[in-house]
Amino acid sequence: MGMLEIRNVDKVYHTRGKPDVHAVRALDMDIRSGEIVALLGSSGCGKTSTLRMIAGFESVSSGSIALAQRPIHDLPPAKRRVAMAFEGYSLYPPLTVRENIAFALKAQQLSRAEIARRVDDIARLVEIEDILDHHPRALSGGQQQRVSLARALVRDADLYLLDEPMGQLEPQLRAVLRGRIKGLLAERGMTAIFVTHDQTEASALADRIAVMEDGVLQQFASERELKNRPANLFVASFIGEPPMNLLETAVAEEDGGFRLTAGSDVSFHISRQTLDVSAQQALVQTDRIKVGIRPQRIAIGSGEARLRVVSNQWLGDQAHIAGECAGHLLVAVTSSKVAARPGDVVPCALESRHLHIFGTDGVCVRHAEAR
Amino acid sequence: MDHSSPAGRIFRGIALALVLVFFMFPIVWILLMSFQTNEQILRIPPRILFEPTLANYEALISGQLKTAAGNLQISFMRNLMNSFLLSSASVILALLLGVPAAYAFARFKFRLGETIAFTLLSFRFAPPLLVLLPLSLYYQQLGLNDTYFGIVWVYQLIALPLILWIVRGYFEDISPDIEHAYRLAGHSWREAFTRIAVPLAGPGIAAAGLLSFIFCWNNFVFALILASADKQPVTVGALAFVTASGIQYGQIAAAIVLSVTPTLLLALYAQRYLVEGLSLGAVKG
Repeated sequence: MGMLEIRNVDKVYHTRGKPDVHAVRALDMDIRSGEIVALLGSSGCGKTSTLRMIAGFESVSSGSIALAQRPIHDLPPAKRRVAMAFEGYSLYPPLTVRENIAFALKAQQLSRAEIARRVDDIARLVEIEDILDHHPRALSGGQQQRVSLARALVRDADLYLLDEPMGQLEPQLRAVLRGRIKGLLAERGMTAIFVTHDQTEASALADRIAVMEDGVLQQFASERELKNRPANLFVASFIGEPPMNLLETAVAEEDGGFRLTAGSDVSFHISRQTLDVSAQQALVQTDRIKVGIRPQRIAIGSGEARLRVVSNQWLGDQAHIAGECAGHLLVAVTSSKVAARPGDVVPCALESRHLHIFGTDGVCVRHAEAR
Repeated sequence: MDHSSPAGRIFRGIALALVLVFFMFPIVWILLMSFQTNEQILRIPPRILFEPTLANYEALISGQLKTAAGNLQISFMRNLMNSFLLSSASVILALLLGVPAAYAFARFKFRLGETIAFTLLSFRFAPPLLVLLPLSLYYQQLGLNDTYFGIVWVYQLIALPLILWIVRGYFEDISPDIEHAYRLAGHSWREAFTRIAVPLAGPGIAAAGLLSFIFCWNNFVFALILASADKQPVTVGALAFVTASGIQYGQIAAAIVLSVTPTLLLALYAQRYLVEGLSLGAVKG
């Protein structure tokens, strides 16, 4: 059952004397009841505008939004049954932390004891019991952020919107809170959308991730799907750490398939059997095409390609080796240390089954084999 | 905190004292004058020590001005009352109009918004004398000459732009998301305005109200032209002390002390509130 249905929503900001800003374009999203969704993208990609349109602080320029089968895009924020945690915390300065959290419950007409119980529960969850009687100005950014999060989660709402909910927290606390918040959301079957630019956070908390760029939804899928089957060049290069290596290759037809050549020692045979019709068309139509390979898929130490090492970093559990290969700068990730210094040339292997192939329009026409 | 040497501290104390004496001297001198007779004031050389008299205050409060040429009727207390009435009414009206307008200018971008805001501010640029002549002609035709309403209306030229621009800045400093959070919790935007925005901008509204009260109180030229004797504020009423038989310095001094007192008390009271409000601060959170 669709909990939130966003249909063909556009947001255009008009400012006099300046060109219009098309913040969100033709956005279509369906979010299921109880699902946790991350809006992931770089700043200015339209993710916060999307959140604000759902909350009702921005009007939609066109399109519709329905929450629990009610069209809400024309309702005032108070009537949308949506709770939100703001990036800037937006706590009410004259009130204590406890009052800040409780005032979100005032409109629900609960008994005093019930309000106190809920405030205490949520305070324990985000670890702010000890500061409940403080005023917001006496708190650190991380504490204010948790109060803001508590104020949103304490309410009964159809949908919870969290704008960068954990950006200000220390890494350790962030990991703990992620687990607890995910637990709370799952336990109560709460539907939530959160905005983040942190992939780890998106992967850890969300059931599905919506990747946005330039106001356009690039792909809306699980983290696994985004990694294994990126829809286009943007998603491929945006998701994954370090990002996917991209190579420019020359296309030539050969027996039973195509040969993609990136340089003298790097070329790939792509069998026709691994390509669908549109992928074959894409390869026939052009003589140069982009391919991508995940850093984890480049094997170091054997193979025909030669990598001239530029840097070799050991990160404690993996090595990042950057080097030049066939005129491209590539990054390889290995799970064990590699004895190579800048300037050394090491053999490496790039296999064609690990290649993602992107058409000239950036759409991924063939994905690498899943592991 | 204090890194200066004892000598430096002494020097700083002396410097502060000098500055204080420089600025406070006229006020103290007027206070002293208000307790002296005209003859004592005009003695040369002047003396600090004198026998204080309350005659000046008695004359003001009773409305009987004793001069060498006989008794004069003055309506100082009425003037004081007028000042109070006109200034308060003007500030209240300006707050009622200006605070919502400031909120609108701070929160919403609309066609001609900046132009309107600037036009309102520009009322402060024009010298009052420039608008007085046409204004008094219009007022005569409209029958607003010599009415409290008419004067309060003109005082809006002083109070409204001030309140609008000061309060607007305060509203802009409050994150709109604080109101958004309140509205999401089930409140209308009107409640968000009255319960969140206005209280948070309270110190700014108080400061703007106080400043415009003082400006209204001190206004001279509008009231001089547009009001007759029974509606004149103290600023105009003080002219009565320039009499045929000389200037009544003692009574002028007493009048000044009396007319400064209300605004001074107001400022002292509001100052506490302002400091408290500003130290609350960090509205941006």
